Amino acid sequence: MIQTVVYIAIICIAVAMITLLYRVIKGPTLPDRIVALDAIGVNIVAMVALMSITLKTSAFLEVILLFGILAFIGTVAFSKYLEKGVIIDDDRNS
Amino acid sequence: MMIEIAKYLIIAFILIGAFFHIVAALGVIRLPDVYTRNHAASKAATLGVLCILIGTFLYFYFIENHFNSRVLLGILFMFLTAPVAGHLIGRAAYHSGAKMSDHSKQDDYKEYLEIRNSKEYQEYEEYKRKLEES
Repeated sequence: MIQTVVYIAIICIAVAMITLLYRVIKGPTLPDRIVALDAIGVNIVAMVALMSITLKTSAFLEVILLFGILAFIGTVAFSKYLEKGVIIDDDRNS
Repeated sequence: MMIEIAKYLIIAFILIGAFFHIVAALGVIRLPDVYTRNHAASKAATLGVLCILIGTFLYFYFIENHFNSRVLLGILFMFLTAPVAGHLIGRAAYHSGAKMSDHSKQDDYKEYLEIRNSKEYQEYEEYKRKLEES
């Protein structure tokens, strides 16, 4: 029974990722695309968790942490770039 | 008995998580401007992924008899970083000049920026810096 539910959830998340991909491609402004990419990163984390349930192995659970960290760092770098044009700066007053 | 209850709990958590992911994707598609889309993506998707990770943790704990601390770390990490990422994107979008939707009524950050960029506030800052130096 759990397997069936997990398959349904995987299909739901795949549909959600395709929907978000539409926003990444079409999105009118750059921040729209970054928002959608961040949400896709979160969906990948959920997808890895569900895949490890269907495969009945705990070998992929480190990948959850790895993808979480990578999605967060990517989002921070993108938004820093969008705000000032540089990623690492020394200006502390803003 | 315990395992049966745990099975229904796992199923409930996973279905709730998948539902929130669908809601987040619909929000990103349907809402009118960047700020509302960011609101949908950062809140609903975070709740969905937290539910799915809790379901995964319960599955490995009750059915495979394996206490996995990495999933707990992942839950904590997603819970901490997702709001921070959403806030950073919103701020960067505002500073890069993304337009609000026509239905938006209020813009408090604009008032704050006007006060902060006014001449009086700049003079006040300079005076304060001189006091600290002396």
